[in-house]
Amino acid sequence: MYSRLYQLLKMVGDPLADFIQAHLPLIHTQQAHLIGAASLLLAAALGFNHKKLPFRWEAVVGVLGVLLFIYGQAEGLVLAPKESMMGDAGRILYVHVPAAWVAMVAFGAAFVGSLTYLVTERFGADHVSEASTEVGIVFSILLLVLGAIFGRPTWGVYWTWDPRLTASAVMMLTFVGVLLLRAVIVDAENRARWSAVATIVASINIPITYMSVKWWRTMHQMQSTKNTLDPDMRAVLWFNTWAFVLLGIWFIATRYRIAARQAADESAPALPEAP
Amino acid sequence: MSVILQSIAVARKDLLIEWRSPSRVSGILFFALALLLMVAFTTDASAATLRKQAGGALWLGMLLASTRSLDLSYAIETEEDALEGLVLWPVDPRAMFFGKAFANTTILFLVASALTPLAIAIFDAPIYGSVTHYVAFLALGSAALAAPGTLYALLTARARSASVLLPVLLFPLVVPALIAASRGTSLAMEGDLMNQAPSWIKLLLLFNAVHWSLDALLYGRIVEDG
Repeated sequence: MYSRLYQLLKMVGDPLADFIQAHLPLIHTQQAHLIGAASLLLAAALGFNHKKLPFRWEAVVGVLGVLLFIYGQAEGLVLAPKESMMGDAGRILYVHVPAAWVAMVAFGAAFVGSLTYLVTERFGADHVSEASTEVGIVFSILLLVLGAIFGRPTWGVYWTWDPRLTASAVMMLTFVGVLLLRAVIVDAENRARWSAVATIVASINIPITYMSVKWWRTMHQMQSTKNTLDPDMRAVLWFNTWAFVLLGIWFIATRYRIAARQAADESAPALPEAP
Repeated sequence: MSVILQSIAVARKDLLIEWRSPSRVSGILFFALALLLMVAFTTDASAATLRKQAGGALWLGMLLASTRSLDLSYAIETEEDALEGLVLWPVDPRAMFFGKAFANTTILFLVASALTPLAIAIFDAPIYGSVTHYVAFLALGSAALAAPGTLYALLTARARSASVLLPVLLFPLVVPALIAASRGTSLAMEGDLMNQAPSWIKLLLLFNAVHWSLDALLYGRIVEDG
């Protein structure tokens, strides 16, 4: 059954992968990174005008993300070559790395949203920040769990107090603190302003986490780039990255709508018409 | 009046209050001391291990004591709405931040200095390394706890029932500074054979530079109205 699935995926997947590699020379993690960030910003911008759109744009993104995710998982689990040192355990790379990128980009979006709120005082920006913080936490929990599963067969331990691991866990905790703060402030305006401040301060941990592999001696490998990956693996990672990015946008947009509705619910009801 | 003069005035006010009734310093000093003793009891480590733990235990005590100290630094402001008075005076928010953060740094540094001989006695860890480095780590570590602490304590003081959140917000944020300060203090105590202290001092300086500038800019957004 596995081999039949393999044949089927190969029939569809290989030409598609060849096509993308031939026509899109941006199978380059840093470019994917930038595009991911740009997409999230675009999603945020669209979110501001979401009432003017005739359909829920994020539903399209979500369906695309799910499809790409299924395909990417099939690629990663079956089609991609075995990692030469780690064997099948190396396949977890295809979900661990995208989760890390999306978590960081989501926290980055929370930072941008908070900064925008402090400048413009528009509640939409606060909703973006709230949604991105939550989604970033989800993806960073995923990142930590997947990393622990990855660490056991390759390093021999689930967890070690390595700078990269510590920095990632600390980054998640700082943003959890921001969410907790959000939960206790009653007044909407104060909540938006104060959690924006807390988000901006917490964002100091994003570059620290990203650069931790360069700044300290660590067991964790350096950031993956185009040059450190085999072309076959690069294509698989590329699919999964897009799947995660699209799913991330979908989650953030959906969470944004919830936040907007809650805000509308919170504000005082309109006064009744004068008789 | 320039920001610097205002900062000095605010710091002087906070320190003067403390000078006249030093309840805060003595309170948190004994709190931290109790913590050092607890660490020594509960870990039940050998003399050599205990000696290695001295720097970490000292900073753990400082961290927990700092949350109490920061809370109290706003308790005196909110009781009689004194903070509103400062805002209306008008004092520049940056000056309020610098003044309060400096006063908090001073108090934390004094507590750390008072704790030093006690930590040396409890953990049997005399300073074999450089005393200058030791003092530098105490000062930079206190400043690193005080800067984000001054910002976050204001936040949690203004949001009702949020004072429990101060540790939740502050602890993850100061992890880099805490690691640097405790490693550096340990190095100063045990003797720094590999000359590692300068790199930890650099990290602390960077941490302080980021927080003393960024947090000062953001302080105004919390202190104004609300």
